[in-house]
Formats: sequence, C-alpha cells, structure tokens
Amino acid sequence: MKAINKLRILVLFWMLPAIAIASEGGVHLDKAPINLKDTAALQRGAKLFTTRCLACHSASYMRYNRLRDIGMGEAQIKKELELPEDVKLGSTMQAAMDASAAKLAFGVAPPDLSVIARSRSADWLYTYMRTFYAAPDRASGWDNLAFPSVGMPHALADLQGELKLQVETHEGHTTRKLVLDKPGSLQPAEYDAAIADLTNYLVFMSDPSKLVRPGLGYLVLGFLAVLLVLAYALKKEIWKDVH
Amino acid sequence: MMKLLNKLIGWIDERFPLVSTWKAHASEYYAPKNFNFWYFFGALALLVLVIQIASGIFLTMNYKPDALFAFASVEYIMRDVQWGWLLRYIHSTGASMFFVVIYLHMFRGLMYGSYRKPRELLWIIGMIIYLALMAEAFMGYLLPWGQMSFWGAQVIINLFSSVPFIGPDLALMIRGDFVVSDTTLNRFFALHVIAIPLILVLIVVAHLVALHEVGSNNPDGIEIKKHKDANGHPLDGIPFHPYYTVKDSVGVVGFLIVFCAIIFFAPDMGGYFLEYNNFVPANPMKTPEHIAPVWYFTPYYAILRAVPPMFGSQFPGVIAMGVATVIIFFLPWLDRGKVKSIRYRGPIYKTFLALFVISFVGLGWLGLLPATPTYTMISRILAVVYFAFFLLMPWYTRIDRCKAEPDRVTFK
Repeated sequence: MKAINKLRILVLFWMLPAIAIASEGGVHLDKAPINLKDTAALQRGAKLFTTRCLACHSASYMRYNRLRDIGMGEAQIKKELELPEDVKLGSTMQAAMDASAAKLAFGVAPPDLSVIARSRSADWLYTYMRTFYAAPDRASGWDNLAFPSVGMPHALADLQGELKLQVETHEGHTTRKLVLDKPGSLQPAEYDAAIADLTNYLVFMSDPSKLVRPGLGYLVLGFLAVLLVLAYALKKEIWKDVH
Repeated sequence: MMKLLNKLIGWIDERFPLVSTWKAHASEYYAPKNFNFWYFFGALALLVLVIQIASGIFLTMNYKPDALFAFASVEYIMRDVQWGWLLRYIHSTGASMFFVVIYLHMFRGLMYGSYRKPRELLWIIGMIIYLALMAEAFMGYLLPWGQMSFWGAQVIINLFSSVPFIGPDLALMIRGDFVVSDTTLNRFFALHVIAIPLILVLIVVAHLVALHEVGSNNPDGIEIKKHKDANGHPLDGIPFHPYYTVKDSVGVVGFLIVFCAIIFFAPDMGGYFLEYNNFVPANPMKTPEHIAPVWYFTPYYAILRAVPPMFGSQFPGVIAMGVATVIIFFLPWLDRGKVKSIRYRGPIYKTFLALFVISFVGLGWLGLLPATPTYTMISRILAVVYFAFFLLMPWYTRIDRCKAEPDRVTFK
C-alpha cells in the first residue's frame, strides 16, 4: 500500500508539467478524429495529399511504395495517385513545383510535410486546414485563424468554398467566427471529413511505425508479463530461506 | 561434459582469476538482506547503459553526422532501416529513462545516507558519472539536428561565452565555429559515440569496484559488517548471487514493462522525451519562440534563469547553475547527522528533504515553461530552498532529534 502511495506521488510529479502546459492559452483547436485503423480513410487522405499538397510541398522522407502499409497495391498507387510514368514507386514524394520558384511565389519555401504531424499536432493541422478565410488585403488573398499571416493560400478553396471572418463584440467579449461566403464543391461536413482523412494520413506518414507499434507492443508486454511472473516465482523460491 | 567444463575452467583459472573474481563480486559478495524497492535502480542504471550502447552502435551504422544529411538520416532510420524505428525509440527512450533511473538512484542515496563514511568516494565517483551522463545526453541531443537540437546547443554553449576574459574563446573552442555548425555536429558525434561512453564505462567500473570495497549501505543505514558469523560473513548479509541476481531480475522485467510501454505506445511521451519542435530541421536563421532543454536538465536551467544578470553579464546565473551541481559532491561532509537513514532521522531532516524534492521537481517544471515574472519569482524561491538544503545541512542535521538505530537490520 505504502509503495502504491509513493508511486502515486511520483506519477503526480510527473504529470505536473503536462497540467501546466495544458492550461496555456491560444487558438482553440478542434479535435482531429484520428483513426489509423481506418484503411479506407488513410487511402482517401493519401490520394488528397498526393494529388493536391504535393503540388508545392514535398514529403521527401516518404516513399510511394510505403503506401503498401495502408493496403495500397502497386497498380493502385500508380493509378489512384495519378503518378506520372517516370516516377518510380521506390522514390520519395517530391513537390511538382521547384522549391526556389515556390519561395518566390509565397515568400517562404513550403515546408516538407513528412513529419509535419509531429512538429504541429494532428489537432492543429485539422484546424488549420479548415480555418482559411478570404483576406483581400493580403498578397495571397487569404489568412488563417490557426496560423495568422500565413504565406500559404487556401489550396483547397475549390472544395471548401470561401469563408469570411466575422468579428463580433458582445458585452466586451470579442468573438471571431468564420462563415461560409461562397460554397465550394463539398458540403461543410464533407469537407471536414476530407480534412479528417488528410490529417489521418499525415499522422500515419509522420511515423509509419505507428501502424505496427501497438500490436507489437501488446505482444511484448504480454511476454514480459509472463516473464515477470516467472522471475517473481524464482525470486520467492530462492529467497524462502532468508529470514 | 561437466568434467570437460571443469577442466576448461581450471585451465583458465591458472591464467586468469575467473573463479576468484566471480566469488569476490557475485557468489561470495555479501550484500545486506534488507534492500527494498529503491535498491533496484543501481542495477537498472547498468541495464540502461548497456541498452544505450547496444542500440547506439546500430544507430551509428545508419546515422550521418553531417549538417546536410543528419536530420534526413534519422528519418531514414525511422522508415527505411529494418527495425530502425525500434532502435531509435529504444535509444531516445533510454536517454530519458537513464535520468529517471539515476535520479531515483541518487534520491535513494539521500534517503538512506549512502554517501556517508566510508562511502564518500563511492558517492563522488557516482557524481562524476552523473556529470559525464549530462555531457553525453547534451551532445547526443544535437545529433538529430532538429530545431531544439540546434538552438538548445546554441543556448548552452553561449553560457560558456559569459565566462569573464576567456568566455568568447572558450565558446569558439567548443563549437569549432562562430555558430553551432557542421563542425560542432561532427565533434559532438565523436564525443557522443566514443569519448564519453568510454569514460562512462570506466568510471562505472570504478563505481562498482568502490562499492564492493566498502559494501552496500541499506535502508537502516547501519553497517552489516559489525556482526559476522564464524566464517567471517556478515550475519545480515546474503551472497549477491543468487539472491540479488534473481531479485534484480524481477526489477529488470518490471522496468522493461515500463520501458517497452513507452517505446511502443508513447515514444515521444507527450513531447517530454522527444520534443515536437525537434521534428523541424535545424534552421540557423529562425530562432524558435520558446527554447526549453529536455526535462532532465530543466532544474538547472531554471536556476540559471532565476539569477538576474549582474553587471550586464549572465555569468552569475551560470555560476549558480554550476554550483547547484557541484554542491552535491560535498554531501558526505555537509551531513553531520548521528544516523544515516531517514528511518531514524528527526523531523527537521525529513522536512528539509521534502522541501528539497519539491524544489527540484518544481524547478524542473518551471524550466520547461517560458520565464514570466511570476514563474521567475517562484524559481528564485525554489532555488533558495535548493541551496538551503545543502548549505544549512551541517546545522540542521546536527540539531535534529534522531531515533536510536537498531543493532541489526530490520527485515520483515
């Protein structure tokens, strides 16, 4: 009992920083519905990623044939991702646009997205891709709630449509709200689902081992649990004459 | 078969002290029988050292110490090397768990007075291991070449430039360049994979030799060598092998369960073991908004920030940070208590130890956060508590009302 209490205190100390950081302010992030077991969603996300994001961004640590991990065959990868003939499946995902040309166009070079879900969180990406709004005074014509003054224009505006920022001041409280101004080809719920798929894919791509780790982890922990019982039994047996 | 084996051992024994060494350090090395939970961490530290060396060797086979390729080679290990992700997560988790284990190991020493005579040198060697470990971890952290690697190193090395007169030259010498660069990465790689590990292994051996010379302390803080049987073995001692080899095995498996749970289910531990910002490649042109060292350094980092700059120099803070680590060396001579173990200490020591734990953990927590005026104020108070624990020790340990130590160890 005493040991458990000690452990509790240890765990509590361990948690302190997490509690403190969680209480920090900032933009409200929507919870991304991540489900790495949903192969169909991952494939939809992969398709959206390679057909749209790869125009300007690279994922230069990710190889096309790694998509086998999410159940895509070679022919499927080539066809559904609309890969040009000369792209080999073993090659990494490179942006269609030249990096220096992109820098000229957007002011910053579009970052590599291989591990973007690790540096930004899934929730941030999910929020970011849904909070672009029209800002006619900016060079790109766009701004973003999650990433103010972002250099990137809304690349999926044809899908989402155009959002407008509404600032309301009510009894001293300012609320910033985005409202759909011009609809896109997708309904808002459909767009959210598409971005959820995309975020899901980005999370997978940031660490492909995520797909195998938990399953392997249960096996390893199961083995260790058995070993713990045996080790404890051995200890008890050897120690029985110590008083 | 057995005969052949005995013959072989006999052959070796005529040329090398195999059996006598085994006896002296295992089968006839007598350790107190009343070790508790806290005595697992020495063996576990050794385990983590082996894990780090083994996983490190395989990482080295695929890592490229080059500012242009380092970040990419880590991702190559994570994706294209067979089981590379496992090696990398073992190594990154091992780094943090090394400090978890070492901090608990040191805290054990504090609780039971393990640093007291005749174990002063054992304590000092242990402290040298701790410092070497900090250097090892600091240099290893540069290797993934992410934003936190780069800027963390930049901040820490800049501390050296605040040393009066020689500072700027000293920092230049450490970096090998005017900023952290490819040169720095190369030399840190060399130091991380060979120089410091070599020193670490040697002083760990020295730590064990010193331990086996004086024998282990125990939760009662009394010497088991005072009562011996007819054969000269301590009455309250039991041979390390098989008793503690099997008991430590239980600890090892228990530890591996925690270790593997982290590796397989939460290798970045919410950003504490692998900082999120370190998945952005190092960019000398872009300073991150918030630079925090990894958690195991943050208590000292908080002390550094708690000291205000004086005469336009950060040097006093650097001194405070240095003193905060070096002062631990002097524990054996600061403690004047009549007893060693917390079990028989009076309320004053217990209060000071509790305050010390609160200050250390609190400073560690504050070191992770951006410095606001309130946090800096709390850091200052906690830093004073931290130093008070050591500096007032000769006084409060002497006046404390201790209970009488038992004659023999207590063992349920």
